[in-house]
Amino acid sequence: MSLALQVRHQLGEFALDVDVTAPPGVTVLFGPSGSGKTTLVNAVAGLLRPDQGRIAAGDWVLLDTATRRWLPPHKRRLGYIFQEARLFPHMSVRQNLLYGRWFAPRDARGESLERVVDLLGIGHLLTRRPGALSGGEKQRVAIGRALLAGPRLILADEPLAALDEARKAEILPYFERLRDEVSVPILYVSHSSAEVARLATTVIALREGRVAAMGPPPQVLADASVVGVREVASVLRARVVAHHADGLSELATAAGVLHLPRVAEPVGARIRVRIMGHEVILARQPPVGLSALNILRGTIAEIQPGKGPAARVVLAVGEERLTARVTRRAVQALGLEPGQTCHAILKAVAVAPEDVGRGRWFETVE
Amino acid sequence: MAEFLTGWLGPAEWAAVRLSARVALWATVVSLPLGIVTAHVLARYEFPGKQILNGLVHLPLILPPVVTGYLLLVLLGRQGPVGQFLDQWFGITVAFRWTGAAVAAGVMAFPLMVRAIRLAIEAVDPKLEQAAGTLGASRLWVFLTVTLPLILPGIIAGAILAFAKAIGEFGATITFVSNIPGQTQTMPLAIYAFLQVPGGQDSAMRLVIVAIIIAMGALLLSEFVARRVARKVGGL
Repeated sequence: MSLALQVRHQLGEFALDVDVTAPPGVTVLFGPSGSGKTTLVNAVAGLLRPDQGRIAAGDWVLLDTATRRWLPPHKRRLGYIFQEARLFPHMSVRQNLLYGRWFAPRDARGESLERVVDLLGIGHLLTRRPGALSGGEKQRVAIGRALLAGPRLILADEPLAALDEARKAEILPYFERLRDEVSVPILYVSHSSAEVARLATTVIALREGRVAAMGPPPQVLADASVVGVREVASVLRARVVAHHADGLSELATAAGVLHLPRVAEPVGARIRVRIMGHEVILARQPPVGLSALNILRGTIAEIQPGKGPAARVVLAVGEERLTARVTRRAVQALGLEPGQTCHAILKAVAVAPEDVGRGRWFETVE
Repeated sequence: MAEFLTGWLGPAEWAAVRLSARVALWATVVSLPLGIVTAHVLARYEFPGKQILNGLVHLPLILPPVVTGYLLLVLLGRQGPVGQFLDQWFGITVAFRWTGAAVAAGVMAFPLMVRAIRLAIEAVDPKLEQAAGTLGASRLWVFLTVTLPLILPGIIAGAILAFAKAIGEFGATITFVSNIPGQTQTMPLAIYAFLQVPGGQDSAMRLVIVAIIIAMGALLLSEFVARRVARKVGGL
């Protein structure tokens, strides 16, 4: 079910002007604060009435100024996951979970309580009250509550921003499962490129109220003007081939074989791996006597000098693209030019566990 | 208890105690729904004339009670515009009846009730109400399932405060419905009346003791109930 977002709205000096249609899956609204993410999400939730626009999830039209259709928030059939869990303190976890079900039409109740409880691992919390839960548990219950309302669209507004790193690592896999096991489209707001890399089917990068870039994660995250030079990264689709006894996992990608620290997924599982641009070293000759485990041979597709001392070099490796961030001096010293054969070197330990996402891949558009 | 009281209190005193209880109870129960709605409107909505509504609600708190009583007499008396209407269409007269005493007590207690409930509503995070809305609850359901349970301690506190105020109401009552034994003579009015006649001190003192017991009892009860409810609502 695709997601159509056409919104034009003037808020004082700030103008939001967005017209995109995103394919099914997780659509991440990505951008710095003040870029219009929250305004757009509020328009989808019905908390803001845009001057002009049309918002629809598949054939479920939430707003269409042309036909004067505007559903009030409680009739939009959304599952809204907020930054803070916003659980009802006077109800038990079970009552919180079932709250939205009261109001959902009988034929549209979506997932069963058992399945959601199982999906989120919250069975042992059902009789507790929200006051007795940890931050991560609260957010899991909030996800379940949104899911059980039988939504036609799930909204998540920076749902991990209020959590510490350990809690983030605890919650992210549940969003991956949501994406892969529940057929409801998800609109996810984030300013973290790590979350984009792991979750997004499609990224919509917003800047000053306009769409700066849109596409699958590798395309958008390789764009320095969107993510900032320090965050430039490649996202590779991989399959787990083997777990070796020395603690490494062997992965097959369209760019070749990668060895990374043990991935917590079974052999055969699909994963995605984010490789930061500044972790990649380039060599003209096949390097020898090097401790780095991963050496991928490719062709230079593009060299983009930055404003500072660095340049972005994009390699075509197999069917994938790998972005390296090196100095302009190095580009000159090596005499790098598009079309040349080049070797990309990646230390296995340069990929952190949070850079590895599991589950369904994104589509690439060429 | 009742037997002990009837034995200990004279018939006139007992009548005053019973009347006071009835007046205060009705005043509280009838004005409670109106108080909750008024407090909700004042706490959550912006509209033209909000300050006027706020002023009207609070007027009995700042006006001399005699003035409030007189205004009630003018409005609700047999010749008053509202009084005439009630008499003609519903056959209800409140002037110089116990119902009138309840009206006077309710009006005087109303600002206290609304203030307590309004504070409780303002303490509820609107984000919770918003979350309930996105889960499909209409405004009415949000209020009934989220706001109302969360403000229950405030409602109880407001109701008990109003009850205590209604028991003690004097000025507006005596002005509006006069001091008729058995009809409109509530406890404070009876105490006043007993103090006006020689040898009435004993009766007055007994009523004073009853008044103190009721006031203290109400206060302790409200603390107890509010704490229990707060624990239930508060999450743990």
